[in-house]
Amino acid sequence: MALLQIAEPGMSAAPHQHKLAIGIDLGTTNSLVATVQSGMSTVLQDEHGHALLPSVVRYLEDGNIAIGHLAQAAQSADPKNTISSVKRFMGRGINDIPDTTHIPYKFRDTGAGMVQIETRAGIKSPVEISAEILRVLKDRAEKALGGELTGAVITVPAYFDDAQRQATKDAARLAGLNVLRLLNEPTAAAVAYGLDNASEGVYVIYDLGGGTFDVSILRLSKGVFEVLATNGDSSLGGDDFDHRIFCWILSEAELPPLNQEDTRLLLTKTREVKEWLSENYEAQITSVLSTGKIVNIKLTADKLVELTQTLVTKTLNPTRKALRDANLSIEEIKGVVLVGGATRMPQIRQAVAEFFKQEPLTNLDPDKVVALGAAIQANVLAGNRSDDDLLLLDVIPLSLGLETMGGLVERLIPRNATLPVARAQDFTTFKDGQTAMSIHVLQGERELVSDCRSLAKFELRGIPPMAAGAARIRVTFQVDADGLLSVTAREQSSGVEAEIVVKPSYGLSEDEITNMLKSSFEAAEQDKQARALRESIVDAERLIEAINAALAEDGHLLSADENFTIQAQVQALKTTIHDKNKDHIIQAIEILNHSTENFAGRRMDASVKKAFAGKNLNKLEL
Amino acid sequence: MELLQRNYFELLGLPTQFEIDLTILDEHYRKLQSEVHPDRFVTASSNERMQSMQIATQVNEAYQTLKNNTARARYLLQLNGIETLEESNTAMPADFLMLQMEWREAIDDANAAKNVSALDALLIEIKQMAKALSLNLNHQFAENSYSQASESVRKLSFIDKISADINRAIEQLEN
Repeated sequence: MALLQIAEPGMSAAPHQHKLAIGIDLGTTNSLVATVQSGMSTVLQDEHGHALLPSVVRYLEDGNIAIGHLAQAAQSADPKNTISSVKRFMGRGINDIPDTTHIPYKFRDTGAGMVQIETRAGIKSPVEISAEILRVLKDRAEKALGGELTGAVITVPAYFDDAQRQATKDAARLAGLNVLRLLNEPTAAAVAYGLDNASEGVYVIYDLGGGTFDVSILRLSKGVFEVLATNGDSSLGGDDFDHRIFCWILSEAELPPLNQEDTRLLLTKTREVKEWLSENYEAQITSVLSTGKIVNIKLTADKLVELTQTLVTKTLNPTRKALRDANLSIEEIKGVVLVGGATRMPQIRQAVAEFFKQEPLTNLDPDKVVALGAAIQANVLAGNRSDDDLLLLDVIPLSLGLETMGGLVERLIPRNATLPVARAQDFTTFKDGQTAMSIHVLQGERELVSDCRSLAKFELRGIPPMAAGAARIRVTFQVDADGLLSVTAREQSSGVEAEIVVKPSYGLSEDEITNMLKSSFEAAEQDKQARALRESIVDAERLIEAINAALAEDGHLLSADENFTIQAQVQALKTTIHDKNKDHIIQAIEILNHSTENFAGRRMDASVKKAFAGKNLNKLEL
Repeated sequence: MELLQRNYFELLGLPTQFEIDLTILDEHYRKLQSEVHPDRFVTASSNERMQSMQIATQVNEAYQTLKNNTARARYLLQLNGIETLEESNTAMPADFLMLQMEWREAIDDANAAKNVSALDALLIEIKQMAKALSLNLNHQFAENSYSQASESVRKLSFIDKISADINRAIEQLEN
């Protein structure tokens, strides 16, 4: 007779329930959402059957917000309030935008920090605008999947720096998404591609999107995708090709300086022309401007190649650098995968083929492959584990350094270091009784502060007062799997942990985000208390689920007493949720976290032993 | 967590010695990261996420150290209480000093002449010397000749630096 396993009441956390997770490609030009259903990764469509959501947000007169195709259609009519390619402004300052003359938006020059755009609905941060796009995709997914989402994997260009990544994460937070992972776009593409083709070997992902260029070199082997090196240009993309055509039209048609409507009109036209010339020999450009002037000229495919040749060449420098960093020659590359709509241009395909001396692989839809890969990974991270799960080992794209005396940057973490990575650096004080210090962190490969990208100033406070030079402050710089930096500091002799206040150079402060969250909620839920309570309940429920899963798997690592204590605390936490007392909930979470610290460590040791023990067992079987 | 107490060799399931099987190192690294990497703990408790971050970081550090001959040798010497003092110790045998000067001159000449292939050739020559030094390290550690191993590490460290300089020079000429 078969023995039935009956779980103890409260112990089965429904571990076999499929978790709903999505992958989102938040693109410069178009955004997509995908999910894994019945083992297959699929892109979700809207009610009109569109998979692609144009990354365009329009603030209307009546206070509503239009996102996607409808917004895009109004671009020429309402250029100041219809924002497209907002990805180019995430984590960027006003000085980063090279040429604002042809951009119709009204930028607010605050002198420092992330750029802001003045719209009829008020001053908007690129983070808020991106959140609108994410919200649409979240709604689309929830409708399609009919349930609450465990979380989302959101892709970012591999070459995005810390500020750009943090801005993306903040946008997700505003949209009410639980971010499982920020995933690099080339890596996501590799996941979709690798699984689709069961490939093994060293591959190059050449990803030219609307506004960003990434080139990543990955080694694919059973179960593990390892990024060897990545490089790119976070302000080079299809948009720049459009811009070249635009400038050519201005000079060819001898046009006077255009107003914003006509600028937007022609820019839209240039994109159509560019896409047309990927398949045809010539394009007739016909437009009627608001002044009544008629533009009627012809652009050939050859002329387009001539106009944009330098842009194509620009993509090859990062490519060479990545190969050098990975210590590889083109002969060792098994295949080159093209990602991003801009790679449909024949001149790109040709340039890549010539450089790598092999035909690039294009059998997956370059528009969808990133979202598909993100969904596959989301499925794994949310907890729907299986035997073919992949491990993605990604890298930090840019070196991290500290400002030292004389405006120099001392490199702390080198580019292409595998994540997660950490470095510790010791500091001391200058003055007697000094209790605070400021550390300036930068990203980049150059030696001067002025040539690198300022990331943030980390203020250490609460250093125990000592004689000058006596304090030994160990500052640990940790970069997580999302590529985001966090800093902790401890004074070694006293063991005191310093308080860290982060002042991002191109990001939102915690207060700013809280304000945005407040203003984005429906009237009924504006109560700060109600929101805080709900957040604590979500945290508590997640923790209970995690602990129950852990007990189900590794409860045998605990003594009967320890098991009993933990379960009692789980029960206590459940009671506080029921009583809806926020402070009690938070307290109970704290207690449960504290008492399971040890358990977590044992689980880690045990799973590692199991991993290596398996190897020996195989040998015995021989 | 017991894992954090181990040295890099123990952590990666290898014997604590200079000569290691790099294929096994790769295999063990991937196996280990498959178990401890933060991706495995995304929906786990904050404790587990924190510990996973710590150990995965350590595993990466261990792997990078053991994978590279110079770093592995340096680490092994450290485990034996010997600091290689590469920053401060400039005492090198005369013949190596001569070699250093020749190489520096060759780089300057090649740079001035914008000769990338000369730099490439120099890189190959230097890599061969590094290979020979690594072979020496095998013997030196096998015989516990730590001071000789220390000197080899100092030479290799210099070679690593000069290789990076050459790569940078090539990059600048290519741009």
